[in-house]
Amino acid sequence: MYNFNFEPVFSGFDQLLLGAWLTIQLSCAAMILGLIVSVLCAAGKTSGVAPLRWLIDAYIEVIRNTPFLVQIFFIFFGLPSLGLRLTPNSAALLALVVNFGAYGTEIIRAGIESIQKGQVEAGTALGLSKLQIFRYIIMKPALRTVYPALTSQFIYLMLTSSVVSAISADDLAAAGNDLQSATFASFEVYIVVTLIYLAMSVGFSAIFSAIEKAAFKYPLSR
Amino acid sequence: MLIRPFGWNEFWIIVIAAQWTIALSAIAFAGGGIGGLVIALVRVSDSKWPRLVATGFIRVFQGTPLLMQLFLVFFGLNIFGLGINPWIAAAIAFTLHASAFLGEIWRGCIEAVPPGQREAATALGLRYYNRMRYIILPQASRIAVAPTVGFLVQLIKGTSLAAIIGFTELTRQGQIINNATFSPFLVFGTVAAVYFVLCWPLSVLARRMETRFSRATTR
Repeated sequence: MYNFNFEPVFSGFDQLLLGAWLTIQLSCAAMILGLIVSVLCAAGKTSGVAPLRWLIDAYIEVIRNTPFLVQIFFIFFGLPSLGLRLTPNSAALLALVVNFGAYGTEIIRAGIESIQKGQVEAGTALGLSKLQIFRYIIMKPALRTVYPALTSQFIYLMLTSSVVSAISADDLAAAGNDLQSATFASFEVYIVVTLIYLAMSVGFSAIFSAIEKAAFKYPLSR
Repeated sequence: MLIRPFGWNEFWIIVIAAQWTIALSAIAFAGGGIGGLVIALVRVSDSKWPRLVATGFIRVFQGTPLLMQLFLVFFGLNIFGLGINPWIAAAIAFTLHASAFLGEIWRGCIEAVPPGQREAATALGLRYYNRMRYIILPQASRIAVAPTVGFLVQLIKGTSLAAIIGFTELTRQGQIINNATFSPFLVFGTVAAVYFVLCWPLSVLARRMETRFSRATTR
């Protein structure tokens, strides 16, 4: 019979909490930079010239149809042969940004396309200023449309970020690996790490839905 | 140590390793199909406790990283005295993962069947089994095809993580070849290209079926 031994896990618990904090930082940084990439690509896709559109389409298809692990290997091991040498942490951030950018572009584009021209014209007819139109007529409904998709994509990004431990970048999974190889209590370490991930994704969804309730509670037009 | 160049031979070794990626995906998809159907049916059943258990199962698998699920099964098997075996661990982990995700997708499809269908079936005196078998599932399965193919792409990509526990599939074979040839750009470029060839047609198919389906159902 196997004896569960959680003692070494709890003595190294602050190590895991630090890892969790690094995962949150990495995910938030990747989300913010990835959103910038997404907005630029979505703008390019809706208004750009044909070759630019093809390029963005190719980027999206390549990223969405290859595994994240291979993308991060390509960036971390492959790019140095082109002269771009990255530390594990910056390679991890770059890979997550590139990955999130592809998924985010489609989400943002859907948001932009959800605003009908007639709504902007109605705003002008009501005498709203340019800034008011942008803020209340374009941004708010567009944000509301993309909000659920963006938040679930963020949680997916946070869970995916555990893969960066494969190139020994610092995060929760890597903290788990370190603790595991120091204590040999593999199962115990990983069950605690998994529960921390679960707590983070449950916590973030609770925060996101609280924000959604507070920010978008005005009624829909139906 | 001898470093050999990356040639056709190495290229083919990587391409052929895709069979293990396909095999693992097929096992997980078949196992996950059975598990997912059970989960979906429990999720829409009338009994409260089984429904809560199925919901919890889905939440746990959707709220934790696939890599951790894989590690837990890998090291967990050792606890049950089954030894360390990447094949069995990967097959079990991906089957459980696919069961949870397909269960949630198919629950959505079952609930997308208009409620009048269920009410009409109940009015005709059909109980749960016959109602599902003859009325709900045939209609839900049509809705389910596109998202299921979409999930298959996700599953194929996910099997790359089996490389981390030492299962020699496409990605692991790439790592091995990379250690021998040290040309990571070509090696991981090739690995990515093979995944793309596997996944892209499925993505296009899923998208096409989705537009065709939504055109057929919007009036």
